[in-house]
Amino acid sequence: MLQRIERLGNNTLYYLQDLGRMGLFLFHAIGGMFKRPFRFQATVRQAQLIGANSFAVIFFTAAFTGMVLGLQGYYTLRKFGSEGALGSAVALSLIRELGPVLTALMVTGRAGSAMCAEIGIMRNSEQIDALECMAVDPFRYLITPKLLATIISIPILTMMFNVVGIFGGYVAGVELLGVNPGAYFTGMEQSVVNKDINMSIVKSFVFALLVVWICTGRGYFVHAIRGAGFGAEGVSRVTTQAVVLSSISILIWDYLLTAIML
Amino acid sequence: MNEPIIRFNGVSKSFGRQQVLDGVDFAIPAGKTTVIAGASGQGKSVTLKLILGLLKPDAGEILVKGQDVAQMGAGELNAIRMHFGVLFQGAALLDSLSVFDNVALPLEERTKMPREEIRAKVLAILEQLGLSGHDGKFPAQLSGGMKKRVGLARALMLQPEIMLFDEPTTGLDPEKSMEIYQLFARTQQQFGYTSIIVSHDIPKIFNLADQVIIMDKGKISSFETPEAIQHSADPDIRDFVRTTMGNIYRSREME
Repeated sequence: MLQRIERLGNNTLYYLQDLGRMGLFLFHAIGGMFKRPFRFQATVRQAQLIGANSFAVIFFTAAFTGMVLGLQGYYTLRKFGSEGALGSAVALSLIRELGPVLTALMVTGRAGSAMCAEIGIMRNSEQIDALECMAVDPFRYLITPKLLATIISIPILTMMFNVVGIFGGYVAGVELLGVNPGAYFTGMEQSVVNKDINMSIVKSFVFALLVVWICTGRGYFVHAIRGAGFGAEGVSRVTTQAVVLSSISILIWDYLLTAIML
Repeated sequence: MNEPIIRFNGVSKSFGRQQVLDGVDFAIPAGKTTVIAGASGQGKSVTLKLILGLLKPDAGEILVKGQDVAQMGAGELNAIRMHFGVLFQGAALLDSLSVFDNVALPLEERTKMPREEIRAKVLAILEQLGLSGHDGKFPAQLSGGMKKRVGLARALMLQPEIMLFDEPTTGLDPEKSMEIYQLFARTQQQFGYTSIIVSHDIPKIFNLADQVIIMDKGKISSFETPEAIQHSADPDIRDFVRTTMGNIYRSREME
């Protein structure tokens, strides 16, 4: 019994410590934006790695998500004789939900895992200690460029996802199944309002912050995370943990933001 | 003995239930070479991290040039770290940068030196350490010994007063190890830094040492000469000498 209480206390302490560590990490990473010299080149390079190189993945995900929505939507709406609402159904589900969520999930898988592993390896091979010893702030040098690049990239990718998805729905619904093209776009125009677009943008910013915070943070503290172990195994475990944690947080925050903003 | 540049006063540090340092006192004289020896897991690397302020002690003070590192904030720590050069166990070069950029990093980040001047300085030190023509390579393309030399070049760029070497010869063959030690001796003469070497490569390193500190079970003993260690009355030290340094004289003859 006493042992169980001790374990409970230990766990509580560990998770509180972890939360505090991650909180401070985010604070320093954001603080790094205001320290000079600003690492413009590194930020652009990261934006290329995280954003530009994710374009193909986002394009295919969006196209097929849109097409499947068009297909499913068509057969469901036809039961009620309202195929004309297909455009607004596809657009609203993409803009409000699927665009931001799927973009963030794809970037987590593609770039988030890579960021986590890179930082984790740098920590394990003492490269981060070396930076600190040269009095180079590792946050400004390493983390802030990734933070900025992700926060710039994910909203742009989300908007692209929305547009590509809407055309995917168009291909499936209008070109293949014969919905009236005028009805597809007019329905969309009437039902999509500014509030929906705002929701998409706010969600994409919040998700971007979650992805980069969790992925770089887990890698940065690879040595301090319980059960992660050392060396290559530690990095691999922490990367898995980062992807899972980041994906779950995205879905939880999606629900919370929808509840607040709708 | 010169005025000590680093002094530990009653320093304790533990991780969970494991006591790594238990009220340790010692002083490191300026301009000399101090070797910190001991079996693995006896707190050698922890001592280096304490000196650099990467870890905080649980108790005691660590004076670097008369200032207590344990009490410093981030700004002061950055200022005091400018006096240090560190060569890490795996050299800790940044994987994503070329040899040139790795060595140039401290100057680019910490000084306002013009690019041309940085370039000249980097190429000069690379040549001095026998690395000419390798400046465009990436760390993954280098051998262990070359990585160490690039690490040394990077550490020397800001002309540190104190150089810390963490297991500098781990993973090198005996011939390469000697080469690295000779390089230390040569650069120390040239730059006049205080050298602190953490190593278990004990017999070889004695040629370099002005002082030897042995760590065992959280306690330390310091000696002025290698011979003094062999004649120590402490049973733990005698045991350590027998198991790790039995061949000290033989190895010297071999050299």
